[in-house]
Amino acid sequence: MKHTLAVTVDNKPGVLTRVTTMFRRRGFNIDSLTVGATENPTISRMTIVVEGDDQIIEQVTKQLYKLVNVIKIVDVTNERAVERELVLIKVKADASVRAEVMQIVEIFRARIVDIGKNNLIIEVTGDSAKIDAIEEALRPFGISELVRTGKIAMLRGGCKG
Amino acid sequence: MNCKGAEILINSLKEQGVDTIFGYPGGVVLPIYDVLYDSDIKHILARHEQGAAHAADGYARASGKTGVCIATSGPGATNLVTGIATANMDSIPMVFFTGQVASHLIGRDAFQEADITGITLPITKHNYLVERTEDVEQVVKEAFYIARTNRPGPVVVDLPKDIMDKSIDFTSDKSEVFIHSYRVMKGFNAGQVINAVELIKQAQRPVIYAGGGVIISEASEELRELAEKRKIPVTTTLMGMGAFPGNNYLALGMLGMHGTKYANYAVSESDLLIAVGVRFDDRVTGKIEAFAPHAKVIHIDIDAAEIGKNVAVDIPIVGQVKEVLQAINQRLEAVEELSEWHHTIDRWKLEYPLRYPASCEGRIMPQHVIESIYDMTQGDAVITTEVGQHQMWAAQYYKFKNPRSFISSGGLGTMGYGFPAAIGAKIARPDMTVIDIAGDGSIQMNIQELGTAMQYKVPVIVCILNNQYLGMVRQWQGLFYKKRYSNTDISLQPDFVKVAEAYGAVGMRVTETDQVKDALREAMKVGDRPVFIDFVVEREADVYPMVAPGESLINMIGGDE
Ligand SMILES: Cc1cc2nc3c(=O)[nH]c(=O)nc-3n(C[C@H](O)[C@H](O)[C@H](O)COP(=O)(O)OP(=O)(O)OC[C@H]3O[C@@H](n4cnc5c(N)ncnc54)[C@H](O)[C@@H]3O)c2cc1C
Ligand SMILES: Cc1ncc(C[n+]2csc(CCOP(=O)(O)OP(=O)(O)O)c2C)c(N)n1
Repeated sequence: MKHTLAVTVDNKPGVLTRVTTMFRRRGFNIDSLTVGATENPTISRMTIVVEGDDQIIEQVTKQLYKLVNVIKIVDVTNERAVERELVLIKVKADASVRAEVMQIVEIFRARIVDIGKNNLIIEVTGDSAKIDAIEEALRPFGISELVRTGKIAMLRGGCKG
Repeated sequence: MNCKGAEILINSLKEQGVDTIFGYPGGVVLPIYDVLYDSDIKHILARHEQGAAHAADGYARASGKTGVCIATSGPGATNLVTGIATANMDSIPMVFFTGQVASHLIGRDAFQEADITGITLPITKHNYLVERTEDVEQVVKEAFYIARTNRPGPVVVDLPKDIMDKSIDFTSDKSEVFIHSYRVMKGFNAGQVINAVELIKQAQRPVIYAGGGVIISEASEELRELAEKRKIPVTTTLMGMGAFPGNNYLALGMLGMHGTKYANYAVSESDLLIAVGVRFDDRVTGKIEAFAPHAKVIHIDIDAAEIGKNVAVDIPIVGQVKEVLQAINQRLEAVEELSEWHHTIDRWKLEYPLRYPASCEGRIMPQHVIESIYDMTQGDAVITTEVGQHQMWAAQYYKFKNPRSFISSGGLGTMGYGFPAAIGAKIARPDMTVIDIAGDGSIQMNIQELGTAMQYKVPVIVCILNNQYLGMVRQWQGLFYKKRYSNTDISLQPDFVKVAEAYGAVGMRVTETDQVKDALREAMKVGDRPVFIDFVVEREADVYPMVAPGESLINMIGGDE
């Protein structure tokens, strides 16, 4: 099963390498990883999606904690959390199908951010399920390029994580 | 006060109580060596950076202090890598200082530049590239703090030359170290201790499986109290040799691949395994599904990540072995009588003792050399080893009495470790007889350290069990590759007596069984320089008993003669 870990780390050079080195060395698989700034400039936030059973996730968490620059880890998989991903999709859409594509964009509340002669670039944010769904819906038209950011997550309410 | 970075460095080392460091100079560490020239810190000049690393490691293992080692950038730093990895696998507290090219040259493939923080990322507990002279003192403090607390391990501090050269206005900061993302483990879960005590009270066939963590935690006394109070048999890992006295009636010796049959049988039959400062290494468990199949498991370890890493545990207790054992002992009353369990174990001990074939044609049996070393020292010595058959025989046939008396590369299995480690150990414990039990293959990997031992008059004794083979590998070729001895015959070798003598050390050769003890006696008298004893032993002796890789502990082969 996929787990989403919200990991708070020191904002120092090399910390990303420390984290990825640990994953590589111990043979854990990273599904996606995003890093970004937080409200505190000395701290960054990684959102790591890992595939594995409970035993593996427990090991991942404990081994991460052993890295001196890792401050806190929250497994938000089963928590009430807001999860978001952003994706840019370049889809083939000449005049004949453009209306149809725009309808899909409408349904998913996505946005068209660039219009070319034969293609459109569509921007979508949402949870992974929504992004999978729009990707599926657009595929028949021909997707010529696609970039996903990977997931970021935040717990609702309280102040955990 | 106006201070150069290098002065701040050496000052910070003194603040940490460092009095001895091991190292090798070079271009970018010149500023540091210049300060060392006037310092009262003793610097031991090795003959190879790997030698310096292992010597500092041996010093740390023998004394319990943090080992300190220094090398120049590039090749100096990369020569440390095996030493760093060795310390990392065995959880040894060490701080390595490496020189680095000047800050403005980093990343430009400058002369003798190597990305040592990148290289050592997976083999250190933590590492630093120091970016400002102002940070030197703080980094040194943090490095020592991280190296020695919680589960110990090596820390690398990379020091660019300009940072060491630069002068700043400096006042020492004596405050305690605080690292917001690294907390020292305190206490333990008292509820789990109560659960553990209940299990211990109920157990019919308990076994203690003790390891390196007992030695690190200096908990031998507490371990002994638990064992003797409850009459629980104790088996130790290779890293735990000496944590429990080998001549105690409850001692089962080592378990695992080359453990005793009775230790492995006891673990396999036990209904409670009390795992104390151990990490369920594959050399210990054999086939993991068949390891201690009837036992509930209590696991005491400072590193939460060790709990459940390889084996499912019933009662995990994360904490210092010493504190946890004290708490357990307090809650247990002594039992007097021995049980059926002890009789079973005694029968196994009688039926399956450690034994080896009588020598053919009067050749010296390597096991006999180890027994003789034990007879001559009675366990009052520090024994280091290289890696191979001789290492296993040392673990099997020498009865270690005290913690820190057995020093060996267990996790990485580094040939060439034992001799420099012996030098470091002797420097840490000049009062002790220090003996490196070596193979003829391993000793050639760091034989240049004879120079170091001569320069500082370090009287270590090196006992080479010379079988003219890479014996351990040959044994596996014999067992698993139809005796096809591919590239393991090393009978072309130097005259070790002459090598020793060439350095001004003492060399001896022993070819007869009845000369073994005389040679040892003579070597122990030397006292002002190293001694090499070349024991010409039976060439094809094998280490038994043995659990073949992937087999379960009850399926031991050999050792029946
Ligand atoms: C050729 C060869 C053959 C070998 N054969 C065998 C064999 O037959 N049998 C065998 O046992 N080994 C054997 N070994 C050694 C083996 O590879 C491992 O090094 C060894 O088993 C590990 O010992 P350990 O479990 O005591 O762990 P160590 O590596 O000593 O680790 C110590 C454990 O204690 C914990 N710890 C540290 N400090 C504390 C503290 N203060 N409080 C609580 N916990 C703490 C650590 O987190 C860690 O889990 C062999 C090695 C070689 C090279
Ligand atoms: C640096 C290193 N290289 C290779 C090995 C693999 N290896 C393990 S034991 C061994 C043979 C050791 O031979 P020797 O030192 O003569 O000891 P013996 O087994 O004969 O007692 C080898 C090559 C190792 N452990 N370390």
